[in-house]
Amino acid sequence: MHDSQATTVEHEAHNPALLHHFADAQQQKNAASLGMWLFLVTEIMFFGGMFCAYLIYRLAHFNAFAAGSQQLSIKLGALNTAVLIISSVTVVLAVKAAEAGKRKVLVGYLVVTVLLGMTFLVVKGFEYAEKFEKHHVPGPTFQFTDTFDDNGKQIPVSSNEAQLFFSLYFAMTGMHALHMIIGCGLFSVLAVLAWRGHYTPGYFTPIENAGLYWHLVDIIWIYLFPLLYLISRHS
Amino acid sequence: MATTAIPANQAPKLNYLNNGHTIKSWLLTTDHKRIAILYLISVTVFFFLGGFFAMLIRLELLTPQGDLMQADTYNKVFTMHGLIMVFFFLIPVVPAVLGNFLIPLMIGAKDLAFPRINLLSWYLYIIGGLLISHVMLTGGVDTGWTFYSPFSTEYTNTKIVEAGLAAFVAGFSSIFTGLNFIVTIHRMRAPGLTWDRLPLFVWANYATSIIMILGTPVIAITIVLVAVERLFHLGIFDPRLGSDPLLFQHLFWFYSHPAVYIMILPSMGVVNELITCFSRKRIFGYKFIALSSIAIAVLGFLVWAHHMFVAGISLYAAMIFSFLTFFIGVPSAVKVFNWTATLYKGSISYATPMLYAFGFIGLFTIGGLTGLFLATLGIDVHVTDTYFVVAHFHYVMVGGVLMGYLGGLHFWWPKMTGRMYPEAWAKLSALLVFVGFNLTFFPQFILGYVGMPRRYWQYPPEFQALNVLSTAGASILAAGYLLPMIYFVWSLRYGAIADPNPWAAAGLEWKTTSPPPTFNFDETPVVTWEAYNYDEIPPWERRVPVAR
Repeated sequence: MHDSQATTVEHEAHNPALLHHFADAQQQKNAASLGMWLFLVTEIMFFGGMFCAYLIYRLAHFNAFAAGSQQLSIKLGALNTAVLIISSVTVVLAVKAAEAGKRKVLVGYLVVTVLLGMTFLVVKGFEYAEKFEKHHVPGPTFQFTDTFDDNGKQIPVSSNEAQLFFSLYFAMTGMHALHMIIGCGLFSVLAVLAWRGHYTPGYFTPIENAGLYWHLVDIIWIYLFPLLYLISRHS
Repeated sequence: MATTAIPANQAPKLNYLNNGHTIKSWLLTTDHKRIAILYLISVTVFFFLGGFFAMLIRLELLTPQGDLMQADTYNKVFTMHGLIMVFFFLIPVVPAVLGNFLIPLMIGAKDLAFPRINLLSWYLYIIGGLLISHVMLTGGVDTGWTFYSPFSTEYTNTKIVEAGLAAFVAGFSSIFTGLNFIVTIHRMRAPGLTWDRLPLFVWANYATSIIMILGTPVIAITIVLVAVERLFHLGIFDPRLGSDPLLFQHLFWFYSHPAVYIMILPSMGVVNELITCFSRKRIFGYKFIALSSIAIAVLGFLVWAHHMFVAGISLYAAMIFSFLTFFIGVPSAVKVFNWTATLYKGSISYATPMLYAFGFIGLFTIGGLTGLFLATLGIDVHVTDTYFVVAHFHYVMVGGVLMGYLGGLHFWWPKMTGRMYPEAWAKLSALLVFVGFNLTFFPQFILGYVGMPRRYWQYPPEFQALNVLSTAGASILAAGYLLPMIYFVWSLRYGAIADPNPWAAAGLEWKTTSPPPTFNFDETPVVTWEAYNYDEIPPWERRVPVAR
């Protein structure tokens, strides 16, 4: 980890992004990257609490969860999954463009990523609106009369338990959407900075790290989609 | 050794304290040492605020009747005591003050890896502190610091969301500190400073940081779920919807049990430094102590349900958690045995920091062993929610954490300020703290054992004698805490000028000036020796100079 020559290189005058307390650019990059990975660990633990709640309640109230899941739009969910996967690709291409020093291509991919993120949020907004119309938003106005289809046999489910499903649905997708909003803001700032030429092939760590964040938020959705939308659609 | 000799009687060198005197130069600093001082001031404020609530509790319990306050007020008072002491004192105190100041110095770095995030951590702490002060001034919270649902989510009409937000924001301060420490320890060590040459204080803070980044996000999401339940009627913990309030307790203790290791591990780290310095010996069993910190961090995540033995978890689960709780006694005991082995045949001197280290070992041992009582299922049923539990965790948190912190603060005070504290007064205050502490909390073991429940504002008259003892002890303890406040401030102006290394201690932090320059070392040190090489320190430096 430690280059014994590192101490002799006090400052690399040609790199304005190098902060004074690092010995060299490589050390700074390694630190930033490790820091980002650790931050992602905290994000996993953060969402982990909700996944844990989901696991326990789904085991306890499977029928209600399956019936609640039937009310979600698979088409919109699948569309959003595709949008996010494509946005992950554009992030990777943005990092590649930064590495190659292609400023305009970099800005282009960053902007496309933000637009895809916003597309996701708009679609999510339509889904939420539908929940309000159908009274599937937890609270005093909640109504749920659907049944669980068990091989053609219709089993009635408790409205309360279905409300629990929708509580988790809103908590998990809401927290995910909040992370998407933060991500869109982050990439917008990066796009402006990239346009001004802040990033060079020698220094594009923020692009890389924001990309890591974006991928994690995508991966969380990759888990949310089957858990919330596809519960009873096996076989 | 790469010691730079600093001639005495030189004109005051530029150091981190006199490098800028404006308020802006402090509030916008990214220097880890200045941020440590900011933390020192702010945690001290919250310590005395939490202590004020402790005094209200002890005053109310002086008599069996509810005379100073009634039940509702009492509930709010012990809740504020718990919230402030846990989230705004015990969790940040040693890492944020001593860790912040010392880790870069101990590893020969110019600063932490992310100095601006370090400053952000402090601001988050302050925002959280302002929020909790707002809650305190506008009605308070009455759930206890544990926020148990469904009381917190459905019934109480006190300021749960605001108090939760305060803990949430302070939690992110803690997460960023932990993240900063881990990256710094991995990436910023001086050439030659391998993992098995690191001071054990650094190892202890590394283990603490692991808990901070793995545990804190879980309490964060738990608080968010409680808040959305109150604000938007989501029903994650609402039993009417078929949810399980026990899930709240599981998520809460998944963080809050490891949190007690966030509190105690850094203090244990301090004790390693004190014991070796004042017995002039290498630490006994370096690797065992280093790895026992990591073991505590890992095992600490597997014992949380011992807070829930009577909450309705299955007997089978309770037995497993009981066993695991016994098991975590092993790495804790490894430390205590290694400290006593280090003392064996050492040339021991009794400077104030060493007195605190001795206090730590004794009180932590009592606190730890009574933890094993509580891990025993049968005894736990008997003493659950009694003063026995209160005494147990105060022995660990106050007896342990605070002893380590005060010992460390005295030990590194000359490094932080360039001044010596007055030794005689410091010894007196160490004595007051030790006597006052035991007088306060030992009677509570007995009270709990004979059945006095915690969290009540009144009690049967037969418990009064022991409660009076406890309140009397608390007054002595308060004097023991106020005294250092006075003489530390006094020493800033009148204390003797400190040498770079007044204790003839090993460790890189003593090889720079007192106080250190802004970038810590004039040239990056190269480490070729193991930690605590007291047998290599030349004989003429061996006698610990006694401060006047």
